[in-house]
Amino acid sequence: MARIRFRNVRHAYPPPKGQDPVYALNEINQVWEDGGAYALLGPSGCGKTTLLNIISGLLTPSEGEILFDGEEVTHFPTSRRQIAQVFQFPVVYDTMTVFDNLAFPLRNRGMAETLVKERVEQIAQMLDLTANLKKRAAGLTADGKQKISLGRGLVRSDVNAILFDEPLTVIDPHLKWQLRSKLKELHQQVGVTMIYVTHDQVEALTFAEKVVVMYDGLVVQVGTPVELFNQPRHTFVGYFIGSPGMNVFSCRVDGGQPVFHNNLLKTSHRVKGELHGKLEVGVRPEFIEFARDGIPVRIEKIEDLGRYQVLTLTHESEIIKMVIKEDQDIPAENPRIQFDPDHTRIYCDDWLVEETIHA
Amino acid sequence: MHKTQNNKAWWLVVPVLILVAFNAFIPLMTVVNYAFQETFGDNVFFWEGTTWFEQVLRSPRFHASLIRQLVFTGMIIAIEVPLGIAVALTMPRKGLWVSVCLVLMALPLLIPWNVVGAMWNIFALPDIGLLGYTLNSMGIDFNFTRQPISAWMTTVVMDVWHWTSLIVLLCYAGLSSIPDDYYQAAHIDGASRWAIFRYIQLPKMKRVLTIAILLRFMDSFMIYTEPFVLTGGGPGNTTTFLSIDLVKIALGQFDLGPAAAMSLVYFLMVLLVCWAFYTIMMRNEEQ
Repeated sequence: MARIRFRNVRHAYPPPKGQDPVYALNEINQVWEDGGAYALLGPSGCGKTTLLNIISGLLTPSEGEILFDGEEVTHFPTSRRQIAQVFQFPVVYDTMTVFDNLAFPLRNRGMAETLVKERVEQIAQMLDLTANLKKRAAGLTADGKQKISLGRGLVRSDVNAILFDEPLTVIDPHLKWQLRSKLKELHQQVGVTMIYVTHDQVEALTFAEKVVVMYDGLVVQVGTPVELFNQPRHTFVGYFIGSPGMNVFSCRVDGGQPVFHNNLLKTSHRVKGELHGKLEVGVRPEFIEFARDGIPVRIEKIEDLGRYQVLTLTHESEIIKMVIKEDQDIPAENPRIQFDPDHTRIYCDDWLVEETIHA
Repeated sequence: MHKTQNNKAWWLVVPVLILVAFNAFIPLMTVVNYAFQETFGDNVFFWEGTTWFEQVLRSPRFHASLIRQLVFTGMIIAIEVPLGIAVALTMPRKGLWVSVCLVLMALPLLIPWNVVGAMWNIFALPDIGLLGYTLNSMGIDFNFTRQPISAWMTTVVMDVWHWTSLIVLLCYAGLSSIPDDYYQAAHIDGASRWAIFRYIQLPKMKRVLTIAILLRFMDSFMIYTEPFVLTGGGPGNTTTFLSIDLVKIALGQFDLGPAAAMSLVYFLMVLLVCWAFYTIMMRNEEQ
């Protein structure tokens, strides 16, 4: 059990000859509290797996240091870090039985056979593998094999953290749900730090207490699902979380308030001073409503998604997405909309402008 | 629509039948014909029954060459398989050196067999060959044309040089098919280098290894060209393996009956081992 801390960690893979290194991780400062359930969310290629491999010691970062409870472990090999990791594709030792597979990490560390037996049976119980313990692991289905991989991670009682690298990719949808609940349950039982990598926002939001959103080698925001939804700190978080994602329009700022195609938008997050860079205003489709006097729009498309409807609107060729309840009326003539001032925010060069005047 | 129903399509098989008949079936049947009869030329044959088979199976000469053959095959498999695995394990997985190593490995396989024999013959000559001269000047008495042990050593080393590459290439293919995840998981599980070999690499190589051993068994059991060029079966009969002996009987002594009987026995032995191998392999697959 340990608190894991990243201090100025950067990593670049060896570049092709004659080219400058491209950083897969760009300056990460991050603390993983002991016993937390984290989800690492981001698109493919944003550095999630790199970050995970750096924690487990499969990779040594190019720069920066990693501390476990204050002790520097940057150059420790995997074996000295006490980290368990589960990979995207199930890894089982084909020639061994399920029991031997689960016992493998313990036997490699020289644990007494009676303790091994006890521990393996306990884990098999948790994962519903008891009936298969005597079988050859090679004969199991994909989700059975992935359960073994999970089991090998969970079987060690002394781990500092368990890392999951998109572990449910190969699992059938209905079993995905089951296994994810199982993991959450196990987290509550065992209380070990779990870091769960995924590019699926539903998976991240249901598993984790805290979601770490990564984009282009950077951690752009860490927060609870609600925080990520209500106050995205970066336009990427706005796009990536929520369906459809946040509306982001370029704008100019006048008196601390955004001006969008000559429409002054009210916001309770007025910004201070002069801003330089690419200015944008962001508002989620859920925080737009029809109003008598607002921005005139044209309705291009209505998609009925059951409990709510997604409207595609245009204003001066700018596309605006809007979400309303299924039974809500849509004005037949000259529809106008307005943005909720509490959820309209200004972004400068993709980052939320946090220096605001509270009205 | 009207469908024509007749058996004319069978005519399409005729070319293949003719081909197989002329290059396999008729020659084999000729051998069978010789194995049961005696001839003094002029196409006159006398029925001999199983006489030739009894003679071959009782002949000490046949026993001796069979034992030499088994020892030789056993030795080269015992050396080439572990050596091939070891080389495959040390070969690089990525980068520029992969292709360099692969080409170097493939080279011995591309050399015609009689050239291999000639190369090693010259290489091992005690007075002018690099190997033979070096050994002798180091004080080791080495002469493969006169000493049975030197002759055996040279033949075995030549075969190892010639064919280990095949096992290396097959094992390397097996190793390359292991995803990185397996090695990473093994590191996480705290597996030792030996455990990685035993539980990840060896099981993944099992299939190619079976094929490699089968190929090496068949090829070495039927080896002719290289030892014929290198030692001619000598000194004396010490490196006369089955096929060299067979050629000596058939073409040297012109004993067609015993030679035909011997080749059938020889053929059945190879067939039997291949069948046993195949059966065991299939049974393992099913498990």
